Amino acid sequence: MTIKILNLVIQGLLLGGFYALFAAGLSLVFGVMRIVNLAHGDLSIVAAYFAVILMDALHLSVFAALLPVILLLFAIGYGLQAGLLNRIMGSGVMRPLLVTFGLSVIIQNVLLMVFSSDPVGLKGGAMSTGGIQLSDSISVGYLPVLTLVLSVVLLFGLETYLRRTRGGRAVRATSDDDETAQLMGINHRQIYCLAMALALGLVAVAGVVMGVRSTFAPSLGSFRLIFAYEAVIIGGMGSIWGTFLGALALGVAQSLGSAISPAWALLAGHAVFLAMLAFRPTGLLPKTVGV
Amino acid sequence: MRRAELGFLWCCFVALAAAPFWAGEGIVRKLVAFLTVLAMVQLWNLMAGFGGVVSVGQQAYVGIGAYAMWSASAWFGISPFLGVLVGGAVAGLLAIPTSRLAFRLKGAYFAVGTWVIAEVYRLLVVNFSQMGSGTGVTISAAVRMDREMRGNVTYWLALAVALAAFLVVYLVLRSRVGIALTAIRDSDVAAGSLGVDVGRVKLWIYIVCSAGTGLAGAVAYLSVLRIQPDAAFSVNWSSLMIFLAVIGGLGTIEGPIIGTVIFFVLQETLYRYGSLYLIVLGLFAVIITVWLPQGVWGVIRGGRSGNVLVPHRVPPALPASLSPAVAATGPGASTNSTSTN
Repeated sequence: MTIKILNLVIQGLLLGGFYALFAAGLSLVFGVMRIVNLAHGDLSIVAAYFAVILMDALHLSVFAALLPVILLLFAIGYGLQAGLLNRIMGSGVMRPLLVTFGLSVIIQNVLLMVFSSDPVGLKGGAMSTGGIQLSDSISVGYLPVLTLVLSVVLLFGLETYLRRTRGGRAVRATSDDDETAQLMGINHRQIYCLAMALALGLVAVAGVVMGVRSTFAPSLGSFRLIFAYEAVIIGGMGSIWGTFLGALALGVAQSLGSAISPAWALLAGHAVFLAMLAFRPTGLLPKTVGV
Repeated sequence: MRRAELGFLWCCFVALAAAPFWAGEGIVRKLVAFLTVLAMVQLWNLMAGFGGVVSVGQQAYVGIGAYAMWSASAWFGISPFLGVLVGGAVAGLLAIPTSRLAFRLKGAYFAVGTWVIAEVYRLLVVNFSQMGSGTGVTISAAVRMDREMRGNVTYWLALAVALAAFLVVYLVLRSRVGIALTAIRDSDVAAGSLGVDVGRVKLWIYIVCSAGTGLAGAVAYLSVLRIQPDAAFSVNWSSLMIFLAVIGGLGTIEGPIIGTVIFFVLQETLYRYGSLYLIVLGLFAVIITVWLPQGVWGVIRGGRSGNVLVPHRVPPALPASLSPAVAATGPGASTNSTSTN
């Protein structure tokens, strides 16, 4: 029994590492611009389908496909912010919500028309199926471990960028007070573009990892958004490592719930989110680091 | 002019009320769908367009209304027609604890929070075998009824719900609450500092709109006869409410009508191409939000866009005691509506 629970917790932590990849971008965008991009999850599905196309057409491995996918989503993020969202920044929370919600529905339904609702996956070779046997009843897959390591490395990289570099300082300044930042010669619109581009770059990694882990379909985007959002709220808004902790908590809750049924996996995750709202609305680590 | 306008509205009402006598069954069913969606859009617009409370989770109350109506009929033998009222009441009651949690979130986070809570309601129904789990339930008491009578009563219920939604929006906007609501939308900090109890007004409007959405959801499913959790709690309901309100014109009482008409025209012309109508609606909504925030109705009204808000449309009919307050919010509210919407 204890072994079984221990196994569920380990699998949950690994699942949390996967969720952190989605949540970090959402947290960054909210930290800098105070908006929630409702198309966040759908864009991860776009990244996964783009990897499918690249791997099919150019016979690339999943590792070789990752870089172009990241660059594409980075460009989409920059373009989306520069061409559309920057026009409505500073006019309250409603218009960015309406626009990104519209984009979410458009993206999901365009994907549905182009790729149909049949689930597809990305071939990851031995890495996606192999694993290490820790004991008789506990084994961990290479891919989930790699995902957790990857998310720690990427978050650490993001934090280092924000803390130690000139560009990162400009991002933090804009996040704290965009008007004063402008007085110091920072182009806040460019910073917004950069933040959105970075966030979607992370989403690209998350989407490709998702495609190797399991099959996916256009309708899954909403779930990706909701899990990322729950991780951000559980962790405490605007803190990178808080978001990471929130993602781990969500992963463990879902893993424990999945012992009962698939629907309970989702309900257990939602229950942790609602309990946080009820008893500790500031989250686990409220705003302790830069963003 | 006023008398002519009123006469026209009365003619419309009589023609609509008599629809079962001049229109075929198919058209009456379409009208039920039209009127229930219209009611939902109107109520969402009251919350978001006038009150600035943007929810992406109103599908929770569509599903709750439908399932409560079914439960009342299947478990307690209440007629499904009366069950519609139960649906509205249960939706309003459940909106109270829901708002307790959701209102802890601000702005953009509130919107996604309501979506998550709608998901929780869906999952609870899916896990509850007495409510048909994931496969759904049939409103068998309604199936057994005389087909024509059922269709006609359902239609009149839909008409009543749509009219009630209009009346609620109209009356709320003409009251102190309406003035408080538009003040909150423009700036809740400023409204609060002027003595508006921001939390209470938002809570009140959220509960009223949710109960109304529950009524509309119950009627919509009474017409369909079969309720499935994935469809009844689908975020697509929110997509419709949001897109149609935005396209027609946020914060106007006419906007939702225009938006809903556009939706039905698109759906009828594009029905062969699956979900293409949703893509088109989404595109319209994005373009309008960024470049034409007053919506189609705002464009139609053109230069008179300062008059988009209901409270100052009919000054002569206004009781003398109310008019100074309305006049005072008039110009301020309308200039701000162009910048915030």
